[in-house]
Amino acid sequence: MAEITREKFKVVGKNISSMESISRPNIGYWQDAWRRIRKNKVAFFSLCLIGLYIILAIFAPILSHYTHYTQNVNEMNQSFSSSHWFGTDSLGRDLWVRAWMGARVSLTIGFTASIINGIIGSLVGGISGYYGGKVDLLIQRIVDVLYGIPSMIITLLLMVVLGNGVHCLIIAMICVGWIGSCRTVRGEVLKLRESDFVAAAKIMGVKDIVIIVKHILPNVMGLIITSVTMAIPNAIFQEAFLSYIGLGISPPDCSWGVLAKEGIQMLRVYPYQVFVPAFMICTTMLALNLLGDGLRDAFDPKLRGTE
Amino acid sequence: MESLLEVKNLSFSFRTYGGVVKAVRNVSFDVRPGEILGIVGESGCGKSVTAQCTMRLNPEPPGFFEGGEILYKGEDILKMNEKELRKIRGTEIGFIFQDPMTSLNPTMKIGKQIEEVFIKNKEMSHAEKKQKAMEILRLVGISDEERRYNQYPHELSGGMKQRVMIAIALVGRPSIVIADEPTTSLDVTIEAQILDLLKELQKTTGTSIIMITHDLGVIAKLCDRVLVMYGGKVVEKGLVNEIFYGTAHPYTKGLMQSIAKLDTKKGEKLHPIEGTPPDLFAPPKGCPFAARCEYAMEICSEMPPETYDLSEEHMTCCWLQHEFAPDNDLRRPDAKKREVE
Amino acid sequence: MAKYILKRIGLSIVTLLVLTTIVFVLVRLMPGDPFSSDKMTPEIRANMEAYYGLDKSLPEQYITYMNNLLHGDLGYSMKYVNQSVNRIIADAFPYSADLGIRALIFAVIFGVTLGVVASLNRGKKLDAVCIIIAIIGTSIPDFIMGSLLQYFFGIRWGLLPVAQYTSVAHTILPSIAVGFYTLAMVSRLMRASMLEVVTSDYTKTAKAKGLSKWRITIKHQIRNAIMPVVTVLGPLVASVLTGTFVIEALFAIPGLGKHYVQSISNNDYTLVLGMTIFFGAFLILMNLVVDILYGIIDPRIRLSGKGK
Repeated sequence: MAEITREKFKVVGKNISSMESISRPNIGYWQDAWRRIRKNKVAFFSLCLIGLYIILAIFAPILSHYTHYTQNVNEMNQSFSSSHWFGTDSLGRDLWVRAWMGARVSLTIGFTASIINGIIGSLVGGISGYYGGKVDLLIQRIVDVLYGIPSMIITLLLMVVLGNGVHCLIIAMICVGWIGSCRTVRGEVLKLRESDFVAAAKIMGVKDIVIIVKHILPNVMGLIITSVTMAIPNAIFQEAFLSYIGLGISPPDCSWGVLAKEGIQMLRVYPYQVFVPAFMICTTMLALNLLGDGLRDAFDPKLRGTE
Repeated sequence: MESLLEVKNLSFSFRTYGGVVKAVRNVSFDVRPGEILGIVGESGCGKSVTAQCTMRLNPEPPGFFEGGEILYKGEDILKMNEKELRKIRGTEIGFIFQDPMTSLNPTMKIGKQIEEVFIKNKEMSHAEKKQKAMEILRLVGISDEERRYNQYPHELSGGMKQRVMIAIALVGRPSIVIADEPTTSLDVTIEAQILDLLKELQKTTGTSIIMITHDLGVIAKLCDRVLVMYGGKVVEKGLVNEIFYGTAHPYTKGLMQSIAKLDTKKGEKLHPIEGTPPDLFAPPKGCPFAARCEYAMEICSEMPPETYDLSEEHMTCCWLQHEFAPDNDLRRPDAKKREVE
Repeated sequence: MAKYILKRIGLSIVTLLVLTTIVFVLVRLMPGDPFSSDKMTPEIRANMEAYYGLDKSLPEQYITYMNNLLHGDLGYSMKYVNQSVNRIIADAFPYSADLGIRALIFAVIFGVTLGVVASLNRGKKLDAVCIIIAIIGTSIPDFIMGSLLQYFFGIRWGLLPVAQYTSVAHTILPSIAVGFYTLAMVSRLMRASMLEVVTSDYTKTAKAKGLSKWRITIKHQIRNAIMPVVTVLGPLVASVLTGTFVIEALFAIPGLGKHYVQSISNNDYTLVLGMTIFFGAFLILMNLVVDILYGIIDPRIRLSGKGK
């Protein structure tokens, strides 16, 4: 320990500035979220996996010399080999190409349906929550009633009416799918509307549109992105389910659901035909779920600034 | 007088993602039978953590003891296992929490929550338990106890809930009750009632109370002795009169100056303590208060201050009492430096 | 409480009304008709249409249908001669209900246990194992789960039967397949909710009373943490029920789901309509039951209604 000398007893007084200087560096909201996603190994790996699947879905069918519909009687039910990486199905079609063609369809439906649902739901929920009053009451009554109806049944019937095909699937999913995000966004907007910083902005005479764009939107954006991400695996699952019971994509086109359905028919003899689409569906859903979890943590204001 | 509870050189820290937070550093004090001991300090100064250490209520992990001992009737609480600790909790030491709104189980009846203290006592019959619960409800000033016994917490007002909390703390007839800011979340009118109740209960049951607060008014009204804490450390300790009329630490003086008194004249300004408490992730190596202290000297930010005894009970932890320090209103000529044990 | 229940019942009736109308319109919009696949002369066809009321205008059909519905009459199947929809549902429902209840019990018991175990071992290996099970559970569609179970437990290892529904052993694989997703959802929810309760003030109060860890967990933590799980039981019943659709087809169980899927491809209007309404009404009823149940177990809701 240092010597205690008389010189050290010189009065220096308060030193407030030294306390203020230790404040942490300033990081923006999005920067912070992006930094935390990158730091979250699981979420980042999931993001990469989804990226990889998208790239393969685009390029794998182009680069292969097989097509997803060419049947070859001489090459039926072949297992994995160097010419057919994922083997062939009961009609001699190459499963590698079919898997990635299926990825195109499944991912397109999953992403498109969820994003449109997210947009519609946020708009309706946002309006309902921000303006309140009669508009809110009316929308909430409608949402309450619609929410009580099992969505799968309506989607199913809509598919029967609309017929098979990618766009019909998307439309059928949108008809009932927006309700979930509408409810979450409304709840959040309602909370924000009552918050002190919005009240302060109103008192200062800021216009409604500016409040929505500058104060409300940035605060619900994280929530919307997270809920859309979480909705994608659901949409992929719905597509697979509908295709499985014969209401989604019709042959020779394929999706992961169609592949699973065809594979299950051959389950006893050639189980690998199930394993391929099962692996794709499961890993995609897993990655999207994990990414969603990561996003939720990254956008959680309570966790901001922590490691 | 023999001490009931003796805390010696207690240090307690939390492991967090950001690093180790040294919440309590080298704190010593004792509690004697039948007295009310006040612990006063700002939010985050470690007073709640210190109090909860005596019952091992802080979650471990992430919390852990870095050293020291807590002797209850001569036995070290830090060395006890879970079973021995359970004997202490509720029956030897009772705890009243800060927020009665969230401290009662919302899905359990009031009576049941009080009776639970006796769960360890296998011989006690159900009727006996109920009778004890009724008795204590009446004692804490709840009149229609028969009805309240079967009610749920949300049916009671805030003040009522805090009375129930006090009932839970007292029903096991503990020798010490720790009240952790029991009135902070209540209305001012209710606050006075609760404080009166505590004082009265202390007299009728003879238990000791550790009163944790940030309000010097509460200390003046209730306590016999006071512990002033800052930045996880005890900076001053003594009888209430000694602390109020013979203040020896700049932080205590700052606290006194920052409250309005009856004789504060119109237009006269209060003196808040400027700045914020230190970051306990990396506590300053000298005195934790140095940066906010108007008396600060060079040595204050370089070395932790020594302890000085000013009377039998009164002690302070400040370089101002050193023989080399310049003269000012806080200095005492009779200060004796305490030798490190 | 009475007011709360009445309000819920009112909402359920409106929902049911909207549902039946939507379904009626959608079913009439379906392409093809039920008699197109059969070889029949125009006369027979006209007779059949007249018999089923298809020759009347849509509003008339709607009124007839709603009137019958009020009397609990769902009409006759258009495909299976002389089989009433009520009869088909009555025959098939016990299988679906049995499967659904087994799956739900399996899911709730294991889901809650998994969630509690995970939360009490937060950050340790056991927690990680529970989280992994939960995440995998939410990432495997039930028909894939079902076919994998069939392949490994049935075909590969020959441990359990993979088709029919005649003994307890037959019920195991389909129940797991239907319930696994729900199990995963319950365990995630339970874990999150427990973590909140574990750090709550009243847990600290319980600890300060000197209660044992077991008692705190059972009497104070689980009781409070299970509330959010009860609120989602309604949607969970829905997910279990739709799960039975494919699983029944996969495991050749003669339940409602199998009939439902078949009747859609058969264009059996009355059967689709009847079964949809049955499903819808059943789910709406379950939601109602869950809401009332929630009111009973949570004293805050139970008594707030009583006072008014």
